[in-house]
Amino acid sequence: MKRVSLVLTLAVAAGLSAQAASAQTLKTVKDRGMLSCGVSQGLPGFSSPDDKGNWTGLDVDICRAIAAAVFNDPSKIKFVPLSAKDRFTALQSGEIDVLSRNTTWTLSRDTSLGANFTGVTYYDGQGFMVKKALKVNSALELNSASVCVQQGTTTEQNLADYFKGNNMKYEVIAFGTNDEAVKAYESGRCDVFTTDVSGLYADRLKLANPADHVVLPEVISKEPLGPMVRHGDDQWFDIVKWTLYAMITAEELGITQKNADEMAKSDKPEMKRVFGTDGNLGEQLGLTKDWVSRIVKAVGNYGESFERNVGAGSKLGIARGINALWSKGGIQYAPPIR
Amino acid sequence: MAIEPRKPPSQLLPKLQRALGGSAGWSGFVIQLVFVAALAWIAYEIVANARANLQAQRITAGFGFMVNTAGFDVSQNLIAYSGSDNYIRVFLVGLLNTLLVSVIGIFFATVIGFLVALGRLSPNWLLSRIAGGYVELIRNLPLLFQILFWYLAVLAALPNPRQSISVLDTFFLSNRGLVIPKPIGEPGFEPFVIALLIAIVVAIALWRYSRRLLFESGKVIKVWPYALGLVIVLPLLATQIFGAPVKFEIPALKGFNFSGGSRVIPEFVALTLALSTYTAAFIAEIVRAGILSVHKGQMEAGSSLGLQRGSVLRLIVIPQALRVILPPLTNQYLNLTKNSTLAVAIGYPDLVSVFAGTTLSQTGQAIEIIGITMGVYLVISLVTSAIMSFYGWRIGRSMG
Repeated sequence: MKRVSLVLTLAVAAGLSAQAASAQTLKTVKDRGMLSCGVSQGLPGFSSPDDKGNWTGLDVDICRAIAAAVFNDPSKIKFVPLSAKDRFTALQSGEIDVLSRNTTWTLSRDTSLGANFTGVTYYDGQGFMVKKALKVNSALELNSASVCVQQGTTTEQNLADYFKGNNMKYEVIAFGTNDEAVKAYESGRCDVFTTDVSGLYADRLKLANPADHVVLPEVISKEPLGPMVRHGDDQWFDIVKWTLYAMITAEELGITQKNADEMAKSDKPEMKRVFGTDGNLGEQLGLTKDWVSRIVKAVGNYGESFERNVGAGSKLGIARGINALWSKGGIQYAPPIR
Repeated sequence: MAIEPRKPPSQLLPKLQRALGGSAGWSGFVIQLVFVAALAWIAYEIVANARANLQAQRITAGFGFMVNTAGFDVSQNLIAYSGSDNYIRVFLVGLLNTLLVSVIGIFFATVIGFLVALGRLSPNWLLSRIAGGYVELIRNLPLLFQILFWYLAVLAALPNPRQSISVLDTFFLSNRGLVIPKPIGEPGFEPFVIALLIAIVVAIALWRYSRRLLFESGKVIKVWPYALGLVIVLPLLATQIFGAPVKFEIPALKGFNFSGGSRVIPEFVALTLALSTYTAAFIAEIVRAGILSVHKGQMEAGSSLGLQRGSVLRLIVIPQALRVILPPLTNQYLNLTKNSTLAVAIGYPDLVSVFAGTTLSQTGQAIEIIGITMGVYLVISLVTSAIMSFYGWRIGRSMG
């Protein structure tokens, strides 16, 4: 990782040619014939390769949706697995076109990294996992505990804030990768492992005896996870932003992977706008008229993607919760496509 | 012309020509000029391009971020540190952790390396085979693998804090590390240190005097019993008069962890173990080569003077071997320091981990932080080289 970040840094310094063309990411992507997408090094449900090396997950679906919208082919993607601390450098250097890697949206990241968040794919929060044998029921009982954490994330700061705010002492051991942190927790070096709650559920599956570990009820932070693009290319920013909104809109309208072709024939004015049979909204984005149907046929609507990757239909079994549509008690909401 | 009697100006130009152009004359000079200009241009392009791109993307540049609050904690800090300190403090904490592991690692690597080399050269068949096996095994396995092995092996073998192995209920060993009583300075501390220093200075003076006597008049006087007595008695006397120098804070299990006492974290132990045993394998070979480079006749001459094998090595062979050993030994010291950056794999908070890791990703100031970090390792390496060169120069001088 060290070497990667050094190389990436030098790449930033040298200002690769890709950099000069940063104002035309769409053109660069089309010329290359492939979308370069930064993902995690393996977080089940969000971005992880299966046994055949195919990447799947909620974050991966965003990239597949963008590739579908641009190329009408969700497989034209090069996935770049990145550690937490290398991810922004990879985006800044032009190594990747979009970072879709369970990254928390914060003000400082929006302003100082030369990159922007395009939306929220998953509303998450930081939590704690402990061994059941410790008989701890609340995070407030964790005084003097040792905590394993992946370095280079907002997690480290939230942790410091939480323990300081509650006048508790703790010891933090920060590891370069998530897997190293989980392994140290499992080996008993730490009493507690902390990351986003979705991540806790995903990581618990990797442990030898998932049932021996329990996720504590406290959620100590707001962690809205979303994709990021570089500053300075508004068109590309819009494309990535509206790709997610297209998926959410599709769920609102009841358009699914299966019925997309049928729904496209609908006479409803709203449907006509969305499917591009009326107007040229897709072309305004720099895409084609049928961009929404391309996206939905490739990855399904937001709800389908959620269920398949992290929801009840997946191993993680996370409830929709606040990630449900605004009309169903959640806060996922897309501005109108019109 | 009386103003410049030594150097007529007509000599200057050919001299310059020779110095810069070598045998090629002016054409060689022009080629060099073009080469240097090209290098400067490339350097300028890199800097200008990076600056332009950073500005275009509105990435904040500069070192202003260093005074911002860090907001995260570090597991081992040699100086007082908390999350509300700034990034400069984080930098210092990381730097000290790196220096600590490097210095201790270098010390143990040197000791183990010399012992293994002597073992390998020993006439004892078993000992030399064991030493040889050590070298072959350790130097042929990747270092990262060895660090992980020590970390995970050490951790897996140790109990949790509640079942920790304790000695007299004051020392505790568990998978949280080794907890030892923490010395806290008492009023008697300063007299104790002063007495100890005086004793050491006098002991050294005694030793030098005995050496001079030996070289000048061939008289042998035993000084070490007096020196040792002095070093023990004087500080003891100080404690008798001024009271105990320190009092110990005994650690006790409280909640999940021990409170009170000082703690050696397992990450530090694993990293130091791995770095020193790994580097020792290389040092052993360097020392062996150095000793073998000393002519056999030297050893035989020493033996025929009636010296023991140990004395022959110490007084005749090793001082001569050091000339051969020092330059590659310096390389190993530098390697060890640089290899300590693998710490991040096991969560030891070295400079790369807390500064080029967490700080970098929190601030996004990749170029500044990587620049500072590279500069630091460069300085550490240059200082190490300088110390070793100075040592080599002194040995060279003493041998005439």
